[in-house]
Amino acid sequence: MPRPMTHLERLEAESIHIMREVLAECENPVMLYSIGKDSSVMLHLARKAFFPSKPPFPLLHVDTTWKFREMIEFRDRTAADIGMDLIVHINQDGVRDGVGPFTHGSQVHTDVMKTQSLKQALDKYQFDAAFGGARRDEEKSRAKERVFSFRNAQHRWDPKNQRPELWHLYNSRVRKGESIRVFPLSNWTELDIWQYIHQENIPIVPLYFARERPVVERNGMLIMVDDDRMPLEPGEQPEMRMVRFRTLGCYPLTGAIESTATDLAGIIEEMLVTRTSERQGRAIDHDASASMEKKKQEGYF
Amino acid sequence: MSEQAAPQTIESYLEAQAAKTTLRFLTCGSVDDGKSTLIGRLLYDSKLIFEDQLAALEADSRRSGTQGEDIDFALLVDGLAAEREQGITIDVAYRYFATDRRKFVVADCPGHEQYTRNMATGASNAELAVILVDARKGILTQTKRHSYIASLFGIRDVVLAVNKMDLVGYDQAVFERIVDEYRAFAGQLGELNITPIPMSALKGDNVTSAGEHMGWYGGPTLLEHLEGVRTGKDLAARPFRLPVQWVNRPDLDFRGFCGTIVSGTVRPGDAVQVLPSGQRSTVARIVTFDGDLDEAQPGQAVTLTLTDEIDISRGDVITAAQTPPQTSDQLAVHLLWMSDAPMYPGRQYYLKTGTRTVSCVVTELKHSVNVNTLETQPAKSLGLNELGVANVSLSQRVAFEPFSEDGELGAFILIDRQSNATVGAGLFDFSLRRADNIHWQALTIDKQHRAAIKHQRPVVVWMTGLSGSGKSTIANLLESRLHDLNRHTYVLDGDNVRHGLNRDLGFTAADRVENIRRVGEAAKLMVDAGLITIVSFISPFRSERRMVRDLLDEGEFVEVFVDTPLEVCEQRDPKGLYKRARAGEITNFTGIDSEYQPPEAAELHIRTTETSPEQAVEQVLGYLEARGVLG
Repeated sequence: MPRPMTHLERLEAESIHIMREVLAECENPVMLYSIGKDSSVMLHLARKAFFPSKPPFPLLHVDTTWKFREMIEFRDRTAADIGMDLIVHINQDGVRDGVGPFTHGSQVHTDVMKTQSLKQALDKYQFDAAFGGARRDEEKSRAKERVFSFRNAQHRWDPKNQRPELWHLYNSRVRKGESIRVFPLSNWTELDIWQYIHQENIPIVPLYFARERPVVERNGMLIMVDDDRMPLEPGEQPEMRMVRFRTLGCYPLTGAIESTATDLAGIIEEMLVTRTSERQGRAIDHDASASMEKKKQEGYF
Repeated sequence: MSEQAAPQTIESYLEAQAAKTTLRFLTCGSVDDGKSTLIGRLLYDSKLIFEDQLAALEADSRRSGTQGEDIDFALLVDGLAAEREQGITIDVAYRYFATDRRKFVVADCPGHEQYTRNMATGASNAELAVILVDARKGILTQTKRHSYIASLFGIRDVVLAVNKMDLVGYDQAVFERIVDEYRAFAGQLGELNITPIPMSALKGDNVTSAGEHMGWYGGPTLLEHLEGVRTGKDLAARPFRLPVQWVNRPDLDFRGFCGTIVSGTVRPGDAVQVLPSGQRSTVARIVTFDGDLDEAQPGQAVTLTLTDEIDISRGDVITAAQTPPQTSDQLAVHLLWMSDAPMYPGRQYYLKTGTRTVSCVVTELKHSVNVNTLETQPAKSLGLNELGVANVSLSQRVAFEPFSEDGELGAFILIDRQSNATVGAGLFDFSLRRADNIHWQALTIDKQHRAAIKHQRPVVVWMTGLSGSGKSTIANLLESRLHDLNRHTYVLDGDNVRHGLNRDLGFTAADRVENIRRVGEAAKLMVDAGLITIVSFISPFRSERRMVRDLLDEGEFVEVFVDTPLEVCEQRDPKGLYKRARAGEITNFTGIDSEYQPPEAAELHIRTTETSPEQAVEQVLGYLEARGVLG
C-alpha cells in the first residue's frame, strides 16, 4: 500500500479537482487575481490542474488604483511569465468622481472601487464562474460558505439559501446572468498557504518580506507611504522601519507589521509565534460589526 | 502554536509539517451536549486562538458567558445567538486546527432534526464522527438519529463522547451503562468502530489530557484518539477507478484524461477499460506538472494518457480492465430530500454522479424511513429532511458502485431543472434487474414511415391553462379544422383520460405529476403512430410540462398557453367547479388552493380575452403550417 497522502497533497488534489470541475462545466470562467499570496497559490494550482495546457481562462484584476506599486509590477510580470491573458478592470465612474480611501473613507472606497467594480467587470465579460482565493479559516461568515457559491443575477450571496454541497459533487448549474463564485482554497489555512509556498517555491510579492520601508503610524496601524497621494496629518513624518505585510490590499488600508523576516523560513517562524489573526491588519473588517458578511452579500469576494 | 511548541530549526519544523496527514471529522450533538465547548476547548488547547480573538472571547465571556470568571469556550465557536438571528446556524461550519502530529478539519453540524440535511452534508466529507452525549441524559433519540445518518452516509468510525461526566460525579457505572445501551442500538447500523470516551469538555478531562478524575478509564483522550486513528476502507486495495473530468488537448499530439482517482492504484502499462462504452486500452503515462509518476493512488488528481486513440469524454470512467464496476440506468437508491419543495415520483431531475450528469426520474418511492426510529412507512412524496428508499430511472447508463462499497461512485445529488438548486442527495444501493432484461423491441416500421403515408409530421399540441380557460373548446375546434384538412389527429382531454387510464389518480400534487407522466407517455405513443396529437390538460406545473417536452424529439412539443385570467374563468365556471372550490367542497383546485405556473417560453401564447376561439385555432394552424406539420 502506498504511503498516506500528506495534508498538503490532499489539499492540492482537492483544489485541482475543483478547478477542473469548473472548467468542464462552466462556459466562461475567470480567475480573480488579487496579487496576494493566496492568489499566487491559486494560480500555481491552476497551472498544475491543466498542465500541459496553460490555464484555459483569463486572470481578472480589479484595480482600485490604490494598490502598492510593487503589486502592480508583480502582477504584470507574472501574467507575462505564465502567458495568461490578464484583464485589468478599473471602475471609471469612481475615477471620474475621484473616489479614494483618504477622501471617501475605506467603506465607500471599497464599495465603489472593489465591489461595484468587480460587478461591472463580471457583467461586461459575462463570466459565469469566477475563482476566488478566499479561505474558510479567514473569517466567521466564510466558514459557512460553499466551495461553489451561487450568486444571483445581481451578484448577491444569500447565506440562508445556499445549495447543499456533498461529497465532491459540486453543482455549477446557473441560468443566464447568474454565476458561481468558486473557492478552491476553502479548506486551506494561512499556515498551509505559507508551507505550500515554501514547498513549491512559489513567487510572491516582495512586500511580504521585511525591508526598510517608509511608514507612518495612524490609528494603531503602520501605513506605508507608497506614493505622494497620501496626505500627511500635522506632525506626521514618515520614518523608515523594518516592516512587512501579512496581507495585501490597498496601501492606505493595509497595516504593516514590524518584522525581521526577510525570507520564507523567517515568515513561517514568525507565524508560529504570532498571536494575532491575519485579518487584524485590514481596516475594512473593523469598520462595522459583521462587516465581511454584509459586504459578501453585496457582491464582495 | 506557542513558543514552546516551536521546534529547533524552522527547516526541521517544515519537514515534520510536510509529513503530517489530515483527519476530517464531524461533530454532532445539540448545544446542550456541550459540542461548542468541546470544539472551543480543542482549538484553545491546541493554541489556535489568536490574541485578538482571545481578547474578544474574554470580553464576551464576562459579558454573556455562562462560566463566571472562566472563559466560555462555546462563545468562541458559534456566537450562536447572533447566528440564530441570521438563520444560518442550520449550516455546517468548518474549522481547522493542528497538533504536532496531525491536521484536522472539523465539520461542525447542528443537531436538531430539521438539520438532518446538514448532518448528511458534514458526514459526506468526513472520515469520523464525534457524537456527543450528555452523561446525565444518556442515549437520546437524537443520538440515534446522528448515528444513523452518519453511518448511512458512509462513516465507519464513531467516537461516542460521553460528556459532562463532571455532573455525574465522574461515575464509571453511568458511563458503562450509556456505552452498553449505545452498542445495543448501534448493532443495527452495520459495521461500526465505536470508541467510547468519558469526558468533561468544560473541565478538560479526556479532551486533550486525561485529567485526575477518571483514573478508572484506561483508554485514550479524544485528541490522542483523533491523532492516531486510521479510518475508512483501504481504497488503494480496491480496483482502479478514475471518473474523467476533462480532456486535456493542448495540441494534436497530446490527449490526456484528467481526473481524481477514487479507488485503486494505477501504473503505466496497466490495462484499462472505459465505461460505459467498454473500450479497452493501456495506460501510457501518468502526467503531472511535477513530472510523470510511476504510480498514482486514490485521492490524487492526475492526467492519464493511453496507448490507443479511443473516444473518451467527460463523465466516462476509466477502470481496471478486469474488474470494472457495473453500469445501469435503473437503480434502487436511498434518497435524502433537501428542498422545501417536495419530491414526487415521476418528476424529472438532473442526477450528478462522479463527473456525469444525466436526466433522472424517481419511478417509484417504496417507502420513507423515520430517521429517529429507523422504521419504514409507505410514502407518496418526500419532504425536506425526509429519507426514502426509491427506484430511479436514468436517461443514460452510468458506471456506479454500491455506496456501501465506494463512497464516491456510489453517491449522487439531484438538481432541480427549473431552479438549478441541489434538492436531494442519494446513495446507490443496487441495479434493478429489469433494466437488463427488458430491451427495446426494434420494429421495422417506424415513426417516419407511419407519418409519411399520412402526409404530415406528428406533433403534440399541448394546451395548458386554468380550468375554464377554453382549452377544450379550442382543442375541439382545432381537431375539426385539421380533420377537414384530411389530417390524422387525436385529442387527449383531461377529463376524459381521468375516466379511464388515470381513473385511479386524485388531485394531490403527487397524483398530478403521475397524471401528466402517463398522458405524456400516451402522447408519445400517438406521435410514434404518426398522429397530430392535441392534449388539453390544465397541467399546472412547469416541471411536468418540461418532462413531456423532454420525452419527445426536438420540435415535436408545441406548448400553447391558453391564457385566461382567473376572474374570467371563475365567472365562466362552465362546470360549476370554482363555486364548489370556493365553498371548500373541492380541495387542491388549481388557481384557488393549488398553484398554476404559467409557461415561461410557450410556442404560442393565446390571450382569450382578446382572441376568439376561431382566431386561436387560426394561430395554431398558422404555426403548424409554418413548421411543415401539415405536410
